[in-house]
This record gives sequence, structure tokens and C-alpha cells, in this order.
Amino acid sequence: MTDPIASAPGEAAPLRVVVDLNRCQGYAQCCYAAPGAFEVRGHEILFYDPAPPRARRGEIERAVQACPVRAISLQADRGDTP
Amino acid sequence: MSAAEAGIVVVGASLAGLRGAEALRRHGYAGRLTLVGDEPHRPYDRPPLSKHVLSGELAPDATVLPERAALDAQWRLGHAAVALDRDAKAIRLADGSVLAYERLLIATGAQARPWPAASGGALAGIFTLRGRDDAARLRTALAGGPARVLIVGAGLIGCEAASCCRDLGLPVTLVDPNPTPLARSLGTWVGGVIADCLRDAGVTFHAGAQVLRFAGDASGRVARAHLADGGAVEADLVIVALGATRATDWLSGAGLMADAGGVTCDGACRVLGADGTPCPDIYAAGDVARWPNPLYGGRLMSVEHWGNAVAQAAHAARNMLAPSEDQQAYHHLPAFWSSQFGINIKAVGLSAGAGADAVAIVQGSRASRRFLAVYGRAGRSIAAVSFDQARWLPAYAEAVAAGQPFPPIRDASDQGGFLAMAPGFPPPRAAPTPIEAHHG
Repeated sequence: MTDPIASAPGEAAPLRVVVDLNRCQGYAQCCYAAPGAFEVRGHEILFYDPAPPRARRGEIERAVQACPVRAISLQADRGDTP
Repeated sequence: MSAAEAGIVVVGASLAGLRGAEALRRHGYAGRLTLVGDEPHRPYDRPPLSKHVLSGELAPDATVLPERAALDAQWRLGHAAVALDRDAKAIRLADGSVLAYERLLIATGAQARPWPAASGGALAGIFTLRGRDDAARLRTALAGGPARVLIVGAGLIGCEAASCCRDLGLPVTLVDPNPTPLARSLGTWVGGVIADCLRDAGVTFHAGAQVLRFAGDASGRVARAHLADGGAVEADLVIVALGATRATDWLSGAGLMADAGGVTCDGACRVLGADGTPCPDIYAAGDVARWPNPLYGGRLMSVEHWGNAVAQAAHAARNMLAPSEDQQAYHHLPAFWSSQFGINIKAVGLSAGAGADAVAIVQGSRASRRFLAVYGRAGRSIAAVSFDQARWLPAYAEAVAAGQPFPPIRDASDQGGFLAMAPGFPPPRAAPTPIEAHHG
């Protein structure tokens, strides 16, 4: 049961972010909390970085908290899938 | 290894498999947990592949999904499951190894419908788009600057790809047998808005056209497509976007109700044996699962959308851990989103699949390309779609779920009058099949 592609995550591994775009209502609070990682294009298309650098952890966590519809999931710690 | 030691095996390591595994742990399952995936990659998110990965804004490997619970799982990636032996309670993988299970969650999803090799599908330069490796190959080819991209199929993936290709400045021809893009998912009345977007973006759209075959040059690279009307389209890169078939080949011979349309389950997501009785130890979720949805009178349907993968996997996981007398039925209101030509499209409910006979704009206007439209059937609201009006959608989703009259909200101070139109859905395809809400 060895994992063929396991690799040490290290401090350099990026964060993992996914936004439930069914839930997203375009309130854009994430864009204020973490500009550069979240961006609204046109009237309400959310573009985001699914693999932001670890150095942005604080602002991404603020974005998660700021989302009024709780649409953002973040994995910051090492999990099963480094 | 005894069955109990074998624990729960999840076959399929994409969104549904991952969310199902997380839900098992969240619900307290502490035994052995194994995830099997045919791709060598960790679970990743697919919607960006046909958008920001094609455009080059995101690397193909950037969309690895976050884990929302500690999984403590065994991973068997890069080897597809090829057979299921229910008597032995084991699955066989492509590398020949055998994996025992106590309980099984089938989440193998779907695969892109390829162009047949007999009519040119094996030529170089013809792509489908489903997985991350597909997206990486296609992105590389697009970056090489093809003279013209031909996209076959104007469903969501085809239209998103067309939008990306125009953003890249590539000449694009889009071919579809229907009068407008998105005709099967949204109808020609709403699809006409995207037809206008295609025109404004400089896409050549051949409505009502059908590709018969592809012809190549001397090096075996695609050079043109021959159409049913006798015409031809010169193109050196082709994207075949003709939807998906469910990944159930590995279940043939397992004595289950499984075919290219999915694996049939009961309302609790338990897979049905060929005799119609539910297997107490095998569940299915996501694109591959076909189940009687109570919201549609118990009609069998499969829903090939992101939100269903998440919700159904969590529901199936909950039932997997519950006693047989506490198996809860899975209710689901289908929903999807797309972004293309700068417009955010979101939809809830089933329109064509549930026999929509009318559509009306209830907020905004078609001319502005910002509107909310509701679909009705026999005086009831059955679906809604938003073009850049997402904040209205939840109110209409509630009305749709409750089966309120069509249209459901009539006296808001900012609404105009309603004019119900024919939605313009193409006639159903020849063979009567269970409902499929799909992304093709």
C-alpha cells in the first residue's frame, strides 16, 4: 500500500483553496481580504488562485471568514495528500 | 485480510471520492479507508480546466482539492479498477492487484465521449477535455498557435473553450447540430444570448451543422472536417466536446444494473443488483450514480455537476455508516455554473429534462445580457437560470424546489411584465434514456 507519488509537503507547498461557485453570490469580500488571490471579473465572475503561496495564509484565512455564504474551503495544514 | 480489516474502499479519486472519504471520517468512521484512482494525480478540481487552465492563467496541476477532514487513507493512484467481484468482496486493479473491501463506494465518474477512430478520431491534433492531462495537452497545443481551432459541440465545455480560444486570439469555428449554443441545457431562447456573444467575440458558429469525419494531412495531422451539408472547415486543432459517458465498464460482469448511462441505485444511493435488490455494502455517488430523485417523483436521473458530486458523496457516506433501518433518501435539486464571454451563468433545477414548456425573464433583460429567467412546466416553476444576476437565484431556487406557480415571484417593485416564451429545446435524442443533467 505504498503511495507512489507521496512527497514531503515542506514549508514551500502551496495552500489549497476551492470555492463552491454554486454558493458564491459575488459579494467579493474575499477580494478585499485577500486581493491578488481572489478577483471579480466582469459583473460577478470570481477568479481565484487555487494554490496560493503559503505566505498568504493569513489573508486567505481572513477571506474564508469574510465570505458571507461560507463558500471557500482552505487546506493549510498537511493532510493526507501532500 | 478479513472483510472488516479491508474496511471501506472508495473507487474514484476525484471530487465525489474525496468528499465521500471526508464525510466517512467526519461521521466517525475510524477503520481502514482506501481510495483508488485511475489517474496518478491527487483529487483535483475540474471546472477550471476548461477556463483558466486553457487560457494559461492557471497551471494544470494547480487545482489540487483541499481536504476538509483528516483522511488517514491509503491511496492507490494510477491504476484503474477493472473488475468487481461481489462474491469475493474484492476489486481488481489494472496492475493485477486485488483489493478486498468490506464496503464499497463507487465514484468513478464519467469519461469524455471520444470521436470515433473510423471517422478520423485518431488523427493528431484532435482533443477531448475531461482530465488534467487532457487540459495540459490541449493548453500546450493552443499555445503553439494553431491556424484555426474547430470545436465540435456547443454545450458548456465547448462554449467555455471557444471563449478561452478567443481570449487567446485564436480563430475559432464552433459547430453544433442545434440552432443555438447550449440548446440542450438552456433552450434556444436563452441560448440565443450566447449565440450573440459568439458573434461579438468573433467565433464562427455553424448552427444546425454536423461533422461527418475528419481528414488529415500527409503527416497524420488533422486538416479539415467534412460536414453533413457537403461543406468543410479547415482546422489544424479540433476540440471534441460531445459530453461524457459514465465510467462503468469495470462493472460489467459484476451483476449490477450498470451501463454507459450510469450505475443504478435506490433512493439511499445503494447500488442495485441485476435483480433489482440493493446491495447493502455497495453505494455510488457523483456523475456515475443514477438514482430515483424524490424531487422529480422518483424518476431515475444522474446529475453530472460539481454540486451533486459533493452532496451525493456526503449523503452516501452517511448512509454507508448508518444501520439498514436508517437509510435516508437523497433529494437533490441540480445546479451548475459556467463562465464564458465575461458572463457568469448559474442555473438550478431541470429544464429540458423535466419537460419545460415556457420560459420568462423575471429580472433584467435579455438585451442587456443580465437577467434571471424561470422555466415553467404546466404552470409550475421547474428551473431558473441567471446571467450575471446570481444574487436573485437562491430565492428562485427555493421556489423551484417548492414547485411554486410559474413564474413564482410576480409583484416585486423592480419587476416588469412577464412574457412567457417557448424555451426551444431540441427534440430528445433517439433512444429514450433516463434523465441526464450533464455538462456537455
